[in-house]
Amino acid sequence: MIRVQREDFDIGAEIAALTGGNHAIGGVACFAGLVREMAGDAAISAMTLEHYPGMTEKELARIEAEAQARWPLQDSLIIHRYGRLEPGDRIVLVVTASAHRQAAFESAMFLMDFLKTRAPFWKLEDTGEDARWVDARDSDEDALDRWRKAPA
Amino acid sequence: MKLLYFAWLRQKIGTAEEDVTPPAEVTDVGGLIDWLRSRGPAYAEALKDERVVKVAVNQEYVRRDHKLNPGDEIALFPPVTGG
Repeated sequence: MIRVQREDFDIGAEIAALTGGNHAIGGVACFAGLVREMAGDAAISAMTLEHYPGMTEKELARIEAEAQARWPLQDSLIIHRYGRLEPGDRIVLVVTASAHRQAAFESAMFLMDFLKTRAPFWKLEDTGEDARWVDARDSDEDALDRWRKAPA
Repeated sequence: MKLLYFAWLRQKIGTAEEDVTPPAEVTDVGGLIDWLRSRGPAYAEALKDERVVKVAVNQEYVRRDHKLNPGDEIALFPPVTGG
């Protein structure tokens, strides 16, 4: 399931809703991304996430379908927020559920790696004095290589 | 065709979207970017480094040789930084 929203989310409630009643699930992996207070050497007071409505949902759905094709998942969830966020706020949630832990762990990493390089979101960091767009990191693109090498 | 700009490309170009009718010799994404650059200093500055310009046509990532149609929605944006 994919959700792109301005509102916050409750991690415990989301996991409970995803797994409730499905007793084939033996393992749940969860990654939550938060707004860091530091951007390099600068403290940030806020961050604004812009996205491309329509394409965002398409890309996330495509990435989720790819994960479900690669691993035997019982269910999965991606929530990504947009709009103005402050340090400590939740940005993104990925939850994967499977019979065993390996598929849950691996697919959660896969979802985050692809989300970071494919989903059309952009972060604008506000230090209180100026606002600057976050640069994409080569290490994020490099993180995809392990999934290209891995057998499908 | 409808053009959309995001993040710093939107700021540098000065608009989030516009409808354009490029000349007939513009047939693909690469040609469109070349033509946009010729439209003024803001476009030339925003599009000077092609390595940081990603393009989606009808909400799908495409390469520079992707052919364009009049009804297309074409988005230009920097490398993504979500997550």
